[in-house]
Amino acid sequence: MSITDAPHISNAPPALPLLDIKNLTVEFSTRRGIVQAVKNINVEVAKGETLAIVGESGSGKSVTSFAVMRILDRAGRIAEGSVMFSGIDVRAADDDQMRDLRGREMSMIFQNPRAALNPIRKVGVQIEDVLRQHAQVDSSALTDKAIEILDQVRIARPRERYHAYPFELSGGMCQRVVIALALACKPQLLIADEPTTGLDVTTQKTVMDLVTELTRQQGMSTILITHDLGLAAVYCDRVVVMEKGHVVETALSSTIFKAPSHPYTRKLMRATPRPGVTLRDLLPEDSAEAKKAPATVKSGNGHAAPAVATTPLLVIEKLVKEYPRQGMTTSLSKLFRRGPAPEPEIFRAVDGISFTVNRGESVGLVGESGCGKSTTSTMVMRLIDKSDGLIQFDGEDIGAIPAKQFATLPLRKRIQMVFQDPTDSLNPRYTAARAIADPILRLGDISGRNAIRARCEELALQVGLPVEFLDRFPHQLSGGQKARVGIARAIALHPDLIILDEPTAALDVSVQAVVLNLLQDLKDTLGMSYLFVSHDLNVVRLLCDRVIVMKQGKIVEQGPTERVLFAPEAQYTRDLLDAIPHPTV
Amino acid sequence: MSELTLGKPEAQSSGLAATLKHARYIIGENPVTGFAFGLFVLIVIAAVLGPHIVPYDPLASDTAVSLKPPSRAHWFGTDQLGRDVFSRVVSATRLDFIIAVFSVVLVFLMGGLAGVAAGFFGGWTDRIVSRIADTIMAFPLFVLAMGIVAALGNTVQNIILATAIVNFPLYARIARTEANVRREAGFVQAARLAGNGEFRILLGHILPNIMPIMIVQMSLTMGYAILNAAGLSFIGLGVRPPDAEWGIMVAEGAAFMVSGEWWVALFPGLALMIAVFCFNLLGDGLRDIVDPQRRT
Repeated sequence: MSITDAPHISNAPPALPLLDIKNLTVEFSTRRGIVQAVKNINVEVAKGETLAIVGESGSGKSVTSFAVMRILDRAGRIAEGSVMFSGIDVRAADDDQMRDLRGREMSMIFQNPRAALNPIRKVGVQIEDVLRQHAQVDSSALTDKAIEILDQVRIARPRERYHAYPFELSGGMCQRVVIALALACKPQLLIADEPTTGLDVTTQKTVMDLVTELTRQQGMSTILITHDLGLAAVYCDRVVVMEKGHVVETALSSTIFKAPSHPYTRKLMRATPRPGVTLRDLLPEDSAEAKKAPATVKSGNGHAAPAVATTPLLVIEKLVKEYPRQGMTTSLSKLFRRGPAPEPEIFRAVDGISFTVNRGESVGLVGESGCGKSTTSTMVMRLIDKSDGLIQFDGEDIGAIPAKQFATLPLRKRIQMVFQDPTDSLNPRYTAARAIADPILRLGDISGRNAIRARCEELALQVGLPVEFLDRFPHQLSGGQKARVGIARAIALHPDLIILDEPTAALDVSVQAVVLNLLQDLKDTLGMSYLFVSHDLNVVRLLCDRVIVMKQGKIVEQGPTERVLFAPEAQYTRDLLDAIPHPTV
Repeated sequence: MSELTLGKPEAQSSGLAATLKHARYIIGENPVTGFAFGLFVLIVIAAVLGPHIVPYDPLASDTAVSLKPPSRAHWFGTDQLGRDVFSRVVSATRLDFIIAVFSVVLVFLMGGLAGVAAGFFGGWTDRIVSRIADTIMAFPLFVLAMGIVAALGNTVQNIILATAIVNFPLYARIARTEANVRREAGFVQAARLAGNGEFRILLGHILPNIMPIMIVQMSLTMGYAILNAAGLSFIGLGVRPPDAEWGIMVAEGAAFMVSGEWWVALFPGLALMIAVFCFNLLGDGLRDIVDPQRRT
């Protein structure tokens, strides 16, 4: 479903914008003094228009929307400028007026749908609360109205789901309920703050299509806050690009991607992985690395397959992981011992998959959340035990070694991992140097303070982390620097296989571009193999030789990257590819 | 690689200096914490130097001056045996402080470590530790402490032990919860990949992350430990006369309240109150210092 064809902005009357932000400056008082998160910005949203605010973390895009809703936290305040919402000065309005505005005139969809819903109230009742708050419906019709709204956001069997608690619904369903809450009172302005960040691509597509359709139907204006240029291009009329609190560019989405005028927009555009580019293309034009000849880097089309004569490094055969499905009913009946104990239900997270990873090869493991890709990687990592099947590493059956014992074996150092969340995977009380030295201390063959320090510095240089940052704690490092520490730790023991578990999912696109290039360079210089676990096909395309697509614990398709991504055989792969929003370049 | 240059200037300062700076910031924002730190320093000085700086021997009786109201010679007056109340109050600090510190350290070693292990290993370790904690909680805590001291004997060591045991559930539960949420954290997985054994992960990775919370807890229980020791002494268990201890002194002075000699009980009671007050305020202040939310 393509939505880009309707240039809504042209029909909008040029007269009075629904939302008019003029010279807005938002300040936060911190212990280092006053910090301006948003500096003197001007944004207008016309009636019925869909506007995207795009920027990387720290650009002030969320703060802008909080200022519009006046839900800044205590330390923040609107220092200068004005926010006019359909003739009302939001800055001057008193709290009663604001309460009336929020929810009824403007509402918001948050990033994490689960956190936005009250976990102990039925979703239907939560919708009723909003309706009652703004006296939209009289109390006798509340339930019917709530069910009608649930139906509107395409929740199947709304009468039943009215009684569901948030934890009983999937992430996509929860986000639909949040959308239902936001749209319940038919507001004039909807602010969607990264509404699909935690969702799978196919869910993202259905949720965004739904939002667009509903807002178009009701003639609402929408502000979509996102870091994803593709999403902004596909679903929005106009795009505002923010950098460090400034608006650097405002343009129609149909033109901005064809001719970005500001260097920052160009940099963002370049860094976004998309079809038909190579890893080096993601880096800024003037960076030294981008100019390096892409000698060993595989370009997007046709690269020499690694030598096949050698035996594969990793062989996975008919791997299975089963979990007992624990329900309330089984444990209760066990407690009361009524009748024969029921057979425990079994859930197969990984259901008989087979694949190989060759030396020096990088293999992508792709699928949506819950498809079993992380379970597979953790089993290969020997952090959990398999239920059945074979995991053979360099001719040795490592699947047979219990995970508890594996930790201290010499084999451990040959398989390492880079984690998804660079913050979570570093001990907050260890300095960068201590974190990198940890595997060397336990399994390495270097001893002595100075020797280990020297090795840490060498590793820091390898991953491009300035040596003086080695003595910092994780909270003193940026996301990209933490990712580098995580990579340095993983390569510290010269492993043969590294599992990359969505290593860039938590990073901004420009940082992601740098980290992906770093990973590629390290692989070339150190001759490692990668098993790259990801949901992002665009990223997989750039880094991997072969791709494995998983769905519900099974492999639906595997083959060389180019073949799978350009001529997919399985319908599921095609759905995945179609769901990715691309800016029309 | 522009992200590399985004480091904050003060991040370069070393860990200790940064902590001191942070502490100064917290105290500056909340003077009450500064006040509590001042009181704490005073208590430590009294505990270390107390018996050497007081004007009179706290045990020497002089019946000629018994039950004299506060005067220039005897700031807090004298008790029924003519002992100087001020000297006794100050020199009692050492005993009460020792009981508090040792019982808190003991309960941390027992409850804290058991709780961390329970939260991290789960399974049987968890069941055993949690049930021990539940069993202790099933008794009224002060009555349990009385029972332990009565059964084991009237000594300072047993007061320390009893105070530690009654606080066990509090420590075990906090440590268990904190260890449990970190059990599957990325850095714990990373530590496994680095070849750390489970015990090393427990002590080297999990425990350091729980220490800030435990230290706050220790400061808060210090006040309770002093109160508990004083309570035991008040009802005649624990420290025995003629040793100077706030609880006993209040107990001895209580008899003279009705006949108007208020100072015998009031001043040790005040000392007790100030000490407990100080440790509670200090705990709140420490919580602010270790709270990462305020480290922005």
